[in-house]
Amino acid sequence: MSGGATVERVTGEVIIAVEGVSLAFGGVKALSDVSFDVREHEVRAIIGPNGAGKSSMLNVINGVYHPQRGTIRLKMDGTLREFHDMDPHEVALSGIARTFQNLALFKGMSVLDNIMTGRNLRMHSNILLQALRLGPAAKEEIEHREAVERIIDFLEIQAWRKTPVGRLPYGLQKRVDLGRALALEPSVLLLDEPMAGMNVEEKQDMCRFILDVNDHFGTTIVLIEHDMSVVMDISDRVVVLDYGRKIGDGTPDEVRGNQAVIDAYLGVSH
Amino acid sequence: MFYRENGQYKTTYAADQQMLPILQDRVFMAGLLVVAFVAVPFFASDYLFLSLLIPFLILTLAAIGLNLLVGYCGQISIGHAAFMAVGAYAAYNIALRIPQLNFLVVLVLAGLIAAAVGMLFGVPSLRIKGLYLAVATLAAQFFTDWLFARVKWFTDYASSGSVSTAPIVMFGWTIDTPVKKYCFLLAVLIVFTLIAKNLVRGHIGRAWMAMRDMDVAAEVIGIRPVYAKLSAFAVSSFYVGVAGALWGFMHLGSWEPLAFNLTLSLNLLFMIIIGGMGSLLGSYFGAAFIVMLPILLNQLPTLLGVPISTAMISHLELMIFGALIVFFLIVEPHGLARLWAVGKEKLRLWPFPH
Repeated sequence: MSGGATVERVTGEVIIAVEGVSLAFGGVKALSDVSFDVREHEVRAIIGPNGAGKSSMLNVINGVYHPQRGTIRLKMDGTLREFHDMDPHEVALSGIARTFQNLALFKGMSVLDNIMTGRNLRMHSNILLQALRLGPAAKEEIEHREAVERIIDFLEIQAWRKTPVGRLPYGLQKRVDLGRALALEPSVLLLDEPMAGMNVEEKQDMCRFILDVNDHFGTTIVLIEHDMSVVMDISDRVVVLDYGRKIGDGTPDEVRGNQAVIDAYLGVSH
Repeated sequence: MFYRENGQYKTTYAADQQMLPILQDRVFMAGLLVVAFVAVPFFASDYLFLSLLIPFLILTLAAIGLNLLVGYCGQISIGHAAFMAVGAYAAYNIALRIPQLNFLVVLVLAGLIAAAVGMLFGVPSLRIKGLYLAVATLAAQFFTDWLFARVKWFTDYASSGSVSTAPIVMFGWTIDTPVKKYCFLLAVLIVFTLIAKNLVRGHIGRAWMAMRDMDVAAEVIGIRPVYAKLSAFAVSSFYVGVAGALWGFMHLGSWEPLAFNLTLSLNLLFMIIIGGMGSLLGSYFGAAFIVMLPILLNQLPTLLGVPISTAMISHLELMIFGALIVFFLIVEPHGLARLWAVGKEKLRLWPFPH
């Protein structure tokens, strides 16, 4: 995992295409004319100083915010499809899952229930069957429980299965957040600062989980991260945003040498 | 020492997901059911049934309904007595116009009508939340108060505006004595509690709780707010509608529109706040607290032989009642159900400190 990977990584076709997206809140321009793409199986990082519009970008992809201009195309059933005013439900259906910068776990629920909620999209038994917990509903519940247990094993959180998430330490909560997103069995995973506020050991664990997900399941990863050593180590391509504009795009090495990026991070003397 | 799960291994997910996973709990529940169905009917007096147990059972059902909405889905409503009124008047009109219909069918139909009305008044929840939603649900309260007082069709053109019901006959069994009413209501309550428990531990319950805890995250993992919120309003109003029909037919017998006013709505809200939001058990505790405490306070001076005038007693009753509510909320803001859970946790370790 040292800088400058020597192994040629295979990435596939474009899975998310962002074209000329602009987003403003009243007079505040969060994003102006941002375009980039994400290819299958790659680890794509979005970096930039605070307030650069990184989280807004993820919210646009998720359908939480609707951009004033530009289009987002998502791969669905093998072809890129353009969505207009997507709602988050459609985006989730197209196989995009998300973790949050400030933990957005369901505080009143156990670890198990939090991750089970990630399976809701795949559970279909109707309200009457659930009310009586008749055959199909009970069977469905157990099938999905098995899938969730595999995720719990993968993230090594077996011991906290039935603990309310509010009682867990921060690092573990981040892991549960990842587990909830994984429960969707997504083709793309959007991670908003998965390592914020962690110590070195926790960061290493989280890196390992992210790379394992990428390796084993072939999941495409889009991540926002401030820790440059992590970004440079694990990502295949990096987008750099500053004040809502794209100022750099390329491999970690290209981005590192980009003058505009260096200026944005270190400042320029006038 | 006696309450612990050591040695009770679960080898299937089905066993792990059952309602009462610990053997001692199952034994306790079985004992409780025997007491409720066998011992109580033998020993309780008519007074106890009419002023305590029957209101307790019906209001518990209503509190469970409200708890599904407020405690589980996080959508506050202070107009729930309106849906009780809808249930009561719907049941009255159905029973009046189709007398041969079985009372159980009448109950379900009344619940369904209340559910439809509840969904209608739940629509604002898609845009507003918190206190603003609470104010919007007040509209339901004022609307039904007006509707049942003014539109005479609902009260069968009774000149006084009040309606009265005949004793219920079901499968050739007349439910007229307090004991019969108690047994019938207890059975209904148990069935509805089981259904509520199944719902909240199924995926619809998780969708509700996800909306309550973090709505943006819930949407992003694919839960549709429209479906989650409106289904919570529908199920909640169904429960409350059935409770309203039972309140009218089994407890009041005859009633006027004011029977389902804002005070009742607020009482329901107190029940779930004191009992515990997001807890079915809490609905039982809360209803018991609100129903029994005033009666207990009323009887206490007489029992203790303290000579106080009845006017004084009724004033004191209100004051002590208010003070106790404040006291319980300070001691345990999460309600009596949390106290119960903490007690159980302690019992598991007893007699050791850790």
